[in-house]
Amino acid sequence: MALTEMGAKELADLIAQGGVSAEEAVMATLERIQQTEPCLQALLTVCPEQAISHARELDRSGTSETRGPLAGVPVIVKDNICTAGIKTTCASRMLADWVPPYSATVVERLQQAGGIVVAKSNLDEFAMGSSTENSAFGPSRNPWNVACVPGGSSGGSASAVAARQAPLALGSDTGGSIRQPAALCGIVGLKPTYGRVSRYGLVAYASSLDQIGPMARSVRDVALLFQVIAGGDRKDSTCVSMPASDYEAACIADVRGLRIGVPREYFASGVQAEVASAVRTAVDTLSDLGAIAEECSMPSTSWSLAAYYIIAPAEASSNLARYDGVKYGFRAHAAGRGHIGMAERTRAEGFGREVKQRIMVGTYALSAGYYEAYYKRAQQVRTLIRRDFERVFERYDVLITPTSPTVAFRLGERAEDPLAMKLADTCTLPANMAGVPAISVPCGFHDGLPIGLQIMAKPFDEVTLLRAAYTYEQATDWWRRSPEL
Amino acid sequence: MPLTDTDIRTVARLARLALPEEEMAAQYEHINALMRWFEVLQTVDVTGVEPTSHVIGMYNFLRQDVAAESLSQEAVLSNAPEAAEGFFAVPRILED
Repeated sequence: MALTEMGAKELADLIAQGGVSAEEAVMATLERIQQTEPCLQALLTVCPEQAISHARELDRSGTSETRGPLAGVPVIVKDNICTAGIKTTCASRMLADWVPPYSATVVERLQQAGGIVVAKSNLDEFAMGSSTENSAFGPSRNPWNVACVPGGSSGGSASAVAARQAPLALGSDTGGSIRQPAALCGIVGLKPTYGRVSRYGLVAYASSLDQIGPMARSVRDVALLFQVIAGGDRKDSTCVSMPASDYEAACIADVRGLRIGVPREYFASGVQAEVASAVRTAVDTLSDLGAIAEECSMPSTSWSLAAYYIIAPAEASSNLARYDGVKYGFRAHAAGRGHIGMAERTRAEGFGREVKQRIMVGTYALSAGYYEAYYKRAQQVRTLIRRDFERVFERYDVLITPTSPTVAFRLGERAEDPLAMKLADTCTLPANMAGVPAISVPCGFHDGLPIGLQIMAKPFDEVTLLRAAYTYEQATDWWRRSPEL
Repeated sequence: MPLTDTDIRTVARLARLALPEEEMAAQYEHINALMRWFEVLQTVDVTGVEPTSHVIGMYNFLRQDVAAESLSQEAVLSNAPEAAEGFFAVPRILED
């Protein structure tokens, strides 16, 4: 089997047994990147020198026991996660040349575990979008059909993993940005519980919603990378100190007695019939394996989208205030306009249209006289959404829904309609609003494009989440399919 | 409540965005479409409901007030659009 066809676990085992060196694994990945990048544009920076030198260092060092669980495994990192000495652009003109002086905690952890960062992946600018078309450096493409988007905002990571550029990638998820592209590209993506993974070094978009998570082609590989990055971090006060569970051990095929809720609001109009039917078939598969599934209701679901598009932009308008052309990043030429004029020009020219739109909406929602009507009300609705989750989780262990209402859409199809694009997040963003963990797993195809199944669980119960996902995956073979490129 | 042309200019000024006229007009369209869509929230009964700002309790991490390692001046200035004599350089702030 070609090295690039292997999953992360298989590859790590092979390297540990001496069957292949880390350098060979990295070379195979770089070659695959070179082959597939011209048609996918999934990556913004490839770092062959650093990757090869890390791999050689690893090959010379220690024994397989001391080198860590990811020793020699190539990993792709979304370009809003800081990598010391490697450009981190957020797919924005604002940070086009920015080289972080430090690495995110997740990057340090995956490197300590022996993982090798080979490239930085494309995204919607500052993670704002659902198609990766908002990148200042051009859109990425879906390996199943290059006329289609890979989803977003972690579209580059999803496209790269699906195309076998690397077995593992990191994404970030504020309203579905890991799960929706995972679904559209036919891979597995996990958004952990809010507070489970450190966000130190993640460029902030909406701080009460952002989480970093793993993306891979199998549930087991997602668990492997999750194990490495999960756990407390004193550099992030939102990261809880509770120790991580054994997520790899959670990957057992057994759902006997598992209580599944299927909230009917997630199958409302706008969900493609083929998507709804694939998800219902998946629920039947789990029922046949001994789970107990039942329809339920979460009435607040229909308000999530509007509440999200007030809260996230409000937080973004505050987080993105730091880009003023002074300490780092782009600075516009505005001779004679003074300090404020320089900042106003810098921001007008440095940010793309979608980012500016969200900053404007957020600024308005927080401004005097409108705060109560918009921001406070959205936060109250967020409480109602949380209560809905608390209520259904008294009865059920997991919830099952579609990840995305539709399969991948064509490039440009929704670019001019801001509302149509945002509907892509309908099924994913409630999990961010409530802070619960959620995963997307491949569950079928329509028109040759993958369909994703979303499973949600109680806060910090990734163990049950992974068990349900693994059981479903092992009972089907959707995840084994690969796109022809 | 739709935004007026004056509102949108005020918001752009608050957000420190010097938008050219045609972009101002496009943003005006987009933002008002979103605002119409937010109206759905006005129909929700939120009487007595506490707002959620964060889903988990947050605590500050404290440490002893002793000097610790930090980034070097060189590293801090390495990404500055303009630096001079160990400082960030900006356009003139005060009038002559």
